[in-house]
Amino acid sequence: MQNVTTLPARNPAPAGRVVEGTARVKSNDIVTGDYRLMVLDAPREMLDCRAGQFFHLLCPVLGGFEPFLRRPMSIYGFDAEAGELRFLYKVTGEGTGALALLRAGDDLNLLGPLGNGFTIREDWRNLLLVARGVGLATLAPLAMAAREAGCNLTAICSARAKNLLMSVEEFRATGAEVIAVTDEDGTSSVEALREVIEGRIAEGGIDAMYTCGSNRILTLLQDIGARHGIPGEIALEQQMACGLGMCHCCVRSFRRGGAIVHERVCREGPVFSIQEAMGW
Amino acid sequence: MVNLTTRIGTMTLKNPIMPASGTFSEELADVFDLDCLGAHVTKTITREIRGGNPTPRVCEVQAGMLNSIGIPSKGLEYFKTSILPHYADYETPLVVSISANDADSFARLCADVTLPGVAAIEVNISCPNIEEDGKAFAMRPRTTGEVMTKLRAATDLPLWAKLTPNTGETVEVAQAAEEAGADALVVSNTLLAMAIDVRTRRPKLGNLMGGLSGPSIKPIALRMTYQCAKAVNIPIIGCGGISEVEDVLEFLIAGASAVQVGTATFINPTVMPRLIDGLAAYMHHAGIASIPDLVGSVRDEEAADGVVFMEAAL
Ligand SMILES: Cc1cc2nc3c(=O)[nH]c(=O)nc-3n(C[C@H](O)[C@H](O)[C@H](O)COP(=O)(O)OP(=O)(O)OC[C@H]3O[C@@H](n4cnc5c(N)ncnc54)[C@H](O)[C@@H]3O)c2cc1C
Ligand SMILES: Cc1cc2nc3c(=O)[nH]c(=O)nc-3n(C[C@H](O)[C@H](O)[C@H](O)COP(=O)(O)O)c2cc1C
Ligand code: FES
Repeated sequence: MQNVTTLPARNPAPAGRVVEGTARVKSNDIVTGDYRLMVLDAPREMLDCRAGQFFHLLCPVLGGFEPFLRRPMSIYGFDAEAGELRFLYKVTGEGTGALALLRAGDDLNLLGPLGNGFTIREDWRNLLLVARGVGLATLAPLAMAAREAGCNLTAICSARAKNLLMSVEEFRATGAEVIAVTDEDGTSSVEALREVIEGRIAEGGIDAMYTCGSNRILTLLQDIGARHGIPGEIALEQQMACGLGMCHCCVRSFRRGGAIVHERVCREGPVFSIQEAMGW
Repeated sequence: MVNLTTRIGTMTLKNPIMPASGTFSEELADVFDLDCLGAHVTKTITREIRGGNPTPRVCEVQAGMLNSIGIPSKGLEYFKTSILPHYADYETPLVVSISANDADSFARLCADVTLPGVAAIEVNISCPNIEEDGKAFAMRPRTTGEVMTKLRAATDLPLWAKLTPNTGETVEVAQAAEEAGADALVVSNTLLAMAIDVRTRRPKLGNLMGGLSGPSIKPIALRMTYQCAKAVNIPIIGCGGISEVEDVLEFLIAGASAVQVGTATFINPTVMPRLIDGLAAYMHHAGIASIPDLVGSVRDEEAADGVVFMEAAL
């Protein structure tokens, strides 16, 4: 059977905003525990990315893993100059299990960049992010964006234990101030976080807050945000099939204008307003 | 040069590849030029605004997926003001998929979407009929005939009836749709299915059950396509698990005049243009000049008559 991979010549696709193509694995190593960092040599046309966007990965059928659908993965880092794309992922199931088996030189098919990234308004100066676990993958590129926008960034990095804290050095390298908190030290509780954040607000003020993933942190930031009138954004996750807005499987509920609305995480998100997001 | 055009009743499509309802929307234009497709098929729309089902709405199974998206719909007005104008820029004909919960409202909606810019109406009669305890119209020949008669009276546009595999009366349902005036049959929708997480003992879908699609349903959809092609004289549009050029060929040979591609687009968003290209390349190499040379060319010989009407495991 023919194996045809090109688009019909008579209908050249316009340079689409979204690219489907392959990238070559440069490295795919353990960072700590179940977390892995994948570095890809990616085509330039895929690398017009924003912090907060994601790619939809066609994880291979490999080593007994049989993922069927694609898997959404936040952009952990991108460098258009170097043609590099990075993902930080936690090995949990079929898709990430298969991803973890890829070696330098292997190909990976990806679709993206997809979704809307974080916003940094021009008049914002002091930004705060709260990242926990693999949520770090989504928030890390914000550090670069904050620096480019000339903003000060405070990054609260939370993990179960010290040895599971990731990217602290990378954050520092962008000039961000890092506050590391852990469950084992008892510094990561909601009350402890509240104290740290309220302290920052009292000292110099915070113009915007960013987070992702955790329900607990969402509730905390909603409360602090409402109390002090500080806007914020959260990157949400939901199971996806198409990743493009076609299937409507990735909806979440939001409070808007007194009503509850459903929006697609892949299309209207994955970044949403903290105040509109609803816990789950 | 091979000729990829295919006829579905009075319509001539530039090629036999089109998307399946619910797996396609304007957003795919972000990835490729949608004008290369044989037809555009919308997600099923309803008259009223509907929210759809609880999440999780999808899960994966071996060689396929289950979905319980339901039919979230922004309603008829939104369709007219926002979706329809979007497709006006394309040369490719637009097929609008509709559904309703009883035959009379179905027919009224059918009349209301008979609009300039709409080339054909696909009626999703695989959806539940509240007048029959939620059983899909297309599960039985009688309810199929009743609803199709009303739909036929409601529009002059080509009417495509989308059948369900959740029936033991495929042939009778197909014949009832034809008799009531369907111009083509789309064969078929998803197969009702279920998956349970053994660790939590919870069903994997928020809605408990959902429709199976993808490669695992292909042999079933192919069997139904074959049965329908033998039993009716209107064109069949095959649908179910198509992802490779070989799958397209299989459906055409079984008797389909065109095919719809659904789940495969989720896995590989450029699969439809690739199938068009791959089909042309195959036909060129195999010396097949046009699509009708393939349609219904299955070599079933004298075995055919006996088996087609059988609807039992052998
Ligand atoms: C926008 C977005 C960005 C993401 N970014 C990252 C990231 O940077 N690093 C990372 O490790 N993970 C990320 N995830 C989760 C990731 O997509 C995987 O789903 C998850 O890592 C588990 O996949 P699996 O195949 O190994 O697990 P399985 O248990 O085999 O997954 C089964 C199904 O559930 C879905 N699923 C399971 N967990 C999640 C989840 N948390 N969110 C959405 N779908 C899920 C899978 O996609 C798959 O369809 C992100 C999810 C979204 C929506
Ligand atoms: C996520 C999803 C949503 C669907 N929505 C609809 C729909 O709204 N109306 C309809 O007639 N069929 C719908 N279908 C069924 C498809 O159109 C198609 O009949 C079925 O998926 C089999 O084809 P496939 O295996 O190529 O996906 C849907 C299928 C999927 C996977
Ligand atoms: S994953 Fe299909 S609409 Fe979001």
